[in-house]
Amino acid sequence: MPADRVEDIKIPPIRNGTVIDHITDGQSLNVLKILGVNENNIDSSISIGIHVSTNKAGMKWKDIVKLEDMELDPITVSKIALIAPQATISIIRDYYIAEKFNVKLDESVTGIVKCSNPNCITNKGEPVSPRFLVEERCPPKLRCVYCDRILMNISDNLI
Amino acid sequence: MDFTNKDLVSIRDLNREQIEYILDLSKEMVPYAKGEKTKRALDGKIMANLFFEPSTRTKLSFESAAYRLGCHVMDVSEMSMTSIAKGETLADTIRMVDAYCDCIVLRHPYEGAARLAADVSDKPVINAGDGAGSHPTQMLLDLFTMKQAKGTLDGLNVALVGDLKYGRTVHTLAQALTMFGVKLTLVAPESLQMPEDIVDNLKAKGCIPKKTSVLEDAIPDADILYVTRIQRERFPDPSEYQKVAGTYRIDNAILREAKDDLSVMHPLPRVNEIATEVDSTPHAKYFQQAFNGVPVRMAILCAMMGGEM
Repeated sequence: MPADRVEDIKIPPIRNGTVIDHITDGQSLNVLKILGVNENNIDSSISIGIHVSTNKAGMKWKDIVKLEDMELDPITVSKIALIAPQATISIIRDYYIAEKFNVKLDESVTGIVKCSNPNCITNKGEPVSPRFLVEERCPPKLRCVYCDRILMNISDNLI
Repeated sequence: MDFTNKDLVSIRDLNREQIEYILDLSKEMVPYAKGEKTKRALDGKIMANLFFEPSTRTKLSFESAAYRLGCHVMDVSEMSMTSIAKGETLADTIRMVDAYCDCIVLRHPYEGAARLAADVSDKPVINAGDGAGSHPTQMLLDLFTMKQAKGTLDGLNVALVGDLKYGRTVHTLAQALTMFGVKLTLVAPESLQMPEDIVDNLKAKGCIPKKTSVLEDAIPDADILYVTRIQRERFPDPSEYQKVAGTYRIDNAILREAKDDLSVMHPLPRVNEIATEVDSTPHAKYFQQAFNGVPVRMAILCAMMGGEM
C-alpha cells in the first residue's frame, strides 16, 4: 500500500472527497451541523467515527468524518477550527491524498459565530458582524471585540 | 502624547503610560475645574453628550468638564425625541451625530455599543458606560482619586467591597490596578464575587487577588477601601439581601481597625453601605471622588479633541 494512501480499518476509504480527522472527541456531530449536511440534502455518503483511539500527541480519543464527493470552503474550515482546533483536512482524489492541511484559527474571527452575551450590541439588530479576538487556540478562547466578554459554548453560537 | 482622534472605549485602549499622562493632565485641570482659573482650550469645539440611559454624575460632570474648557455641548438624553424611537439603528444615529460634532460621549444600555460607535464614527468616541460593560472614565477618576490621596498607585493595598459580580466599575478598575502592582483583596459574598474570567485576567497580569467574604479581614491592611452598592434586585429573597447588605456596611466602629490614612471610596450613589457618620472623617474620599469626575473628564476631552493647555 503506498505510504500516502488513506488507511483506516474502521471506516471505509473514500474515492473522492474530504476526510476531517483528529476532530475533538465528541464534536463530529457539530462538524456535520457546520457542514449543513443531512440525509435529505446530500447524494453521497458520509461516514462518521466517534470516540476513535488515536496516537496523536495530546489526544487519546478523536472523532473522524469522511465526506464522499465534497470539498470544503475556507469559511467552513474556519468554523471547524473553532470546535476542533487540532483537526486535519485531507482532500482525497482517486483514493489518494491530494492535499492535507491542519485547520488554523487566525488572530481574529469575523461573522462565523455570534456573541453568547444576549446584551451585546451585536445581538441587537445593528448592521455589524460579530468579531472576536482569538486569545487561546487550543481549546479556543475567543473574546468579543464589542462587549469584551469571553464567548461561551462556541458550538451553540455558530452562525 | 497624542490622543487626538483616538477612542476611549475600554481599559484595553490604554497602557500605563497613557493612564499616567491623563492623571497628570487631570491634576493640572483641578483649578480650572473649580473655576479658580479659566482656559478655553476647546473653544469652538462641540461635544455630543448621548445618554441612552439615565445618569446623573457622569452626564453632569462631562457637561461641566466641557463648559469649563469652553466647549459647546449637544445634549441628547431624551431618546423618545430622537430617530431611535422611530427604529433607527445606533450605527445610523452615530453617523449622523458624527457629522455635527467633534467628539461623542456615549452612555448606552447594551455592552459593546461604544465600540460599535467608534467603528462607525471618524470622531473620538468616549465610552461613558455601556450596559454591564466598561466605564473607563470612572476608572480613570478612581485612579486619580487614589493617587491624589496616596501620592502614588504603586504597591497600594486596595480592597474592593460589595457587588463585584455585576458592578462594571470594579471590573474595569481591578484590571487597571494590575498595571501598578497593586495588591487586591476582593470582599464579597460568594454569590457576588468577581467573575472568574476577570480574575483569570488579573492573574495573567501578575496580580493574585485575595478573596474573602469577611469585611473585617480586609480592613487592617487596606490603604484604599473601594465600596460598591449591593443591589436589592440581585437577591430573590429580601431577607438574604438584608443580611448581606448589613454585613458590608462601613461605619466608624469598623474603621477603628483601619490604618489612620485609609481612604474610603465609593462611585455613588450610596444607599446604606457607608454610614453618614463616616462623611466627616478624614477617611471619606467619595465626595472628592465625585468632584474628580470633572478634572479627569476635562483632561480626557482636552487630550482627545487636541486642546492646548
